[in-house]
Amino acid sequence: MDLRMFIWSVLMVTEKNMRIYYYKGSVVIFGLLFPFIMFLTFFIGRNLDLILFFPGFLGMMLFFSASSTGPLITPWEKREKTYERLVSLPVVIESIILGDILSGAVFGFVITTLVWIAGSSILHLPLANPAVLIAALLLGSLAFAALGTLLSSPATNTPSNIMMLSNLVRLPLIFVSGIFIPLNQLGTWAWTNMLSPLTYLVDLFHTAINGDGVYSPVLDSTVLIIVIFIFVVAAKTIQQHNLLSGR
Amino acid sequence: MNAIEAHNLYKSFGPVTAVDDVSLSVKKGEIFGFLGQNGAGKTTTIRMLTGVLIPDSGTVRICDMDILKQPLEAKMNMGVIPENGTVYADLTAEQNILWTAKCYHMDRATREKKAQEILIRLELDGRKDDLVRTFSKGMRQRISIACAIVHSPPVLFLDEPTTGLDVISRRLVIDTVRHMNREGSTVLITTHNIEEASTLCSAISIIHKGKIIATDSPEKLKKRFDTTSFIEISFEQKVQGRMLMAGSISHAEPLGDKWRIYTDDADRAVKDLARIAEQNNLKIVSVATSTPTLEQAFIEMTEGA
Repeated sequence: MDLRMFIWSVLMVTEKNMRIYYYKGSVVIFGLLFPFIMFLTFFIGRNLDLILFFPGFLGMMLFFSASSTGPLITPWEKREKTYERLVSLPVVIESIILGDILSGAVFGFVITTLVWIAGSSILHLPLANPAVLIAALLLGSLAFAALGTLLSSPATNTPSNIMMLSNLVRLPLIFVSGIFIPLNQLGTWAWTNMLSPLTYLVDLFHTAINGDGVYSPVLDSTVLIIVIFIFVVAAKTIQQHNLLSGR
Repeated sequence: MNAIEAHNLYKSFGPVTAVDDVSLSVKKGEIFGFLGQNGAGKTTTIRMLTGVLIPDSGTVRICDMDILKQPLEAKMNMGVIPENGTVYADLTAEQNILWTAKCYHMDRATREKKAQEILIRLELDGRKDDLVRTFSKGMRQRISIACAIVHSPPVLFLDEPTTGLDVISRRLVIDTVRHMNREGSTVLITTHNIEEASTLCSAISIIHKGKIIATDSPEKLKKRFDTTSFIEISFEQKVQGRMLMAGSISHAEPLGDKWRIYTDDADRAVKDLARIAEQNNLKIVSVATSTPTLEQAFIEMTEGA
């Protein structure tokens, strides 16, 4: 397969997704409003230090924004019957998956960067390691956009089913990733944080902003890279199976 | 070289065999019709030909490129109008065409020029900036066709392109198919409309229960059932049935102000009738021969299969 043609096909899918799906109600609600509301719910009245809390908030923001477009795209296109047209264009299943991931990642990256810029200007946040911050933004946006795309892969043409599934997966991750409940206060449930990829992203933000990450940035980054790989392969396997079974 | 080459395509969904050992070759420049009843396997076949569905076994080559091994290259050579012909409802008519053209690597100037040309041809230039979601079914179908032909594809697939369309949209679709064919595109079209296939296609395959049961030109397919034809003739004078009996005529019956003559050899029967008219000083007012239609041939074949 011609690499140039493949890259072009990925970019075309990305462009289409950016034009159509960024403005959908569920993306705005679950990608932008939801993390803000969650933040306010847990922050207000708890007398938390905003600067210490900010890496967790940034992680949550990136997590929700990057993973909000992916679950919508494929079920929406199957419902609108545009998916078949898309597959018949010069694209392959890998271009569709990577295009969906890239559009989610760009959304998450841009939104979270804006939140970071606004937060650091208003709160005069420290920045212990700018390179780690960029790595966290890049890897986190790709990892959770890939999660969103994986969640959209089961064969369905009902977007609300997938949005429900995605919240069923995303919400528990928030509570075991050290955002609202510090890892050392999880008690007997402490082991669960190791299973959540969000833990490693939040830890990277802690390292980048306050310099107080628990794990090394190399470990956090490696875990996120592995997670991206697993999500992409799983999404491809499911979508390939759908293509075989005609669903 | 054939534009479309499919060999031994097989596809089953659970216990149901949708396509069973289908092979077809479509010559360059041909308009090829794919006829079949609902559920016969037309759409499953066209989805495998266009790379939308992976066959259980078999191969497909588009312009000599394998759709499974070289999918991007093969798809660059084709335009597809899927069964429901949908385009992106959240984009405008022009945005849909321009984005599709970009997918086919067309440069900005060319795609803008082509989009404009096609919008005018399909009588949509006045609505180019409107979101497709505000369009009627016929207009959406025209945009779908615009997207499929914007890159002047060597091969064009149309799955039931005129189903449910009004007369104007149907005419525009058919005219566009003919225009694309004149411009050099090979066309594969599935349709329920047998008359449409008969007038449009140079070759037709009939698929029934997942198997191709006949492939030929429309006239030859009709000829397969052309063992008996009839002639309708009217004379200025009153004529007795026995006057019309000749060697080539098996039976004659009155039908209003004319006679219907049954024969196995229409050519000889017409000559005999002319001779009878000459001998008896009869003036022929009208004469018409009738053969089975493609629809009759289709019914005979699918019922007999």
